[in-house]
Amino acid sequence: MKITVDRDLCQGHGVCESEAPEVFSVSKDGVLTVLDETPPESQRAAVELAVRYCPTHALSIEED
Amino acid sequence: MTTTDTELRTPPRVSGEGDPSGTGHLEELRRDPIGLMLRTRAECGDVGTFRLADRDVVLLTGPDANEIFFRAPDEELDQAEAYPFMTPIFGKGVVFDASPEERRKALHNQALRDKYMRGHAETIAAEVERMIAQQPDGGEIDLLDWFAELTIYTSSACLIGKRFREELDGRFAELYHDLERGTDALAYVDPYADIESFRARDRARVGLVELVQGIMDRRAPQPPPEREDRDLLDVLMSLTGEDGTPTFDADVITGMFISMMFAGHHTTSGTAAWTLIELLRNPEAMAEVVEELDALAAEGMEVSYQALREMPKLEAAIKEALRLHPPLIILLRVAKVPLEVGGHTIPVGTMVAASPYVSNRLPEAFPDHDAFDPSRYLAPREEDVANPWSWIPFGAGRHRCVGAAFAMMQLKAIFSVLLQRYRFELALSPDQYRNDHSKMVVQLAQPCPARMLPRKQRL
Repeated sequence: MKITVDRDLCQGHGVCESEAPEVFSVSKDGVLTVLDETPPESQRAAVELAVRYCPTHALSIEED
Repeated sequence: MTTTDTELRTPPRVSGEGDPSGTGHLEELRRDPIGLMLRTRAECGDVGTFRLADRDVVLLTGPDANEIFFRAPDEELDQAEAYPFMTPIFGKGVVFDASPEERRKALHNQALRDKYMRGHAETIAAEVERMIAQQPDGGEIDLLDWFAELTIYTSSACLIGKRFREELDGRFAELYHDLERGTDALAYVDPYADIESFRARDRARVGLVELVQGIMDRRAPQPPPEREDRDLLDVLMSLTGEDGTPTFDADVITGMFISMMFAGHHTTSGTAAWTLIELLRNPEAMAEVVEELDALAAEGMEVSYQALREMPKLEAAIKEALRLHPPLIILLRVAKVPLEVGGHTIPVGTMVAASPYVSNRLPEAFPDHDAFDPSRYLAPREEDVANPWSWIPFGAGRHRCVGAAFAMMQLKAIFSVLLQRYRFELALSPDQYRNDHSKMVVQLAQPCPARMLPRKQRL
């Protein structure tokens, strides 16, 4: 799976970081860094929660 | 480009503009804004113009036009000049809207980040308990007054701090209400026009500054509290220039507090009231929500963040109340560059609008669009996710409400306490509850009474 971020929508709430800290990091001033754009399957459940609960629907998963 | 091409591409104008020397659709906007916007879409389609005094407003509706509106950066569509009715409320030097960059920082600074939500949920539940404690046996409440007072306490406690909240009582809520009433669209002609709602607004602001000044005067001689007990007022009071004089006076601090609380106050208060009204109009939906809450209570779930987000029935009911009764019915910007939308050009300086009210009820996106149907949010329909540019009670894109997650959590916390303790009855006939659209800040029209009756204690 590959993670896509719609930068027009991301506001840096940090929900993704709470759900999947190994994949997402949000800085103090709210800038999102995707630590691993193609995370392993073991992260799928956490990443799906991050996508689901992102308050601005800025995240999506593209399947390979 | 030839002149003919330009003329062809000018957005069509809605009927009812009247004499060119008059104020155009201003009076209609003050009287029936929803009728004006629905007629604009019906007559003009996705792109149509109405006029407020000497300014054209191009109303964009439909998902394609909305996407352009919400994706546009501030350099193209600017918010700062679009809301002249807010300047006298916040005061000089307190900007209405920050850039997306500043908003991201504000998210961090204003404790709206995800990691603070659990603590806020506990704070909000405690505030609901305090409101209930004023009338433990229930009785008749006015939905507007009750939720407006509650959300003054919750937003001040969460955004400014518990120490500040302890200084507040119903007076603050009443003054705040007068501020919100001072948002007549006449501000597009003159924000300081000599009308009663503007006079009341200005008196209310003076009253709020006096309250804050009083709190500051009482705090000034005292030693500062422990770090973890400090609130935002302590922090702002501690800031001084090089010569030792305070950086902010009571007037500026009050303006900051008003602006921090403004976006989250009438919006949350109104949505709480409408969620309750719609659930009482739809007893089956109410029964499902109460059952969901009772099941969580039976499991011994605390009102904490984790519990709060797993309430699909309540969440769907809140979303549906937001769709049908969005707290902001029109969102405004000013075009900073010529824009092209749907084959029309919009010149620099034009006001550009989107309407959550119109968009949230588009029949193409929402089957049976006027019906309260929370099941539209459950899988597989998920009509909010499926229509990101039409389901827009919180706006969308880079200016989407930064408090949306906080608001949703707050509403769930409020109802998880209220509906487990009380059952409610409408005190008027169900169709008598309506919004007052005579101000830009939409509020429930009074009277809006409801009865609150203790539920039998569960063992």
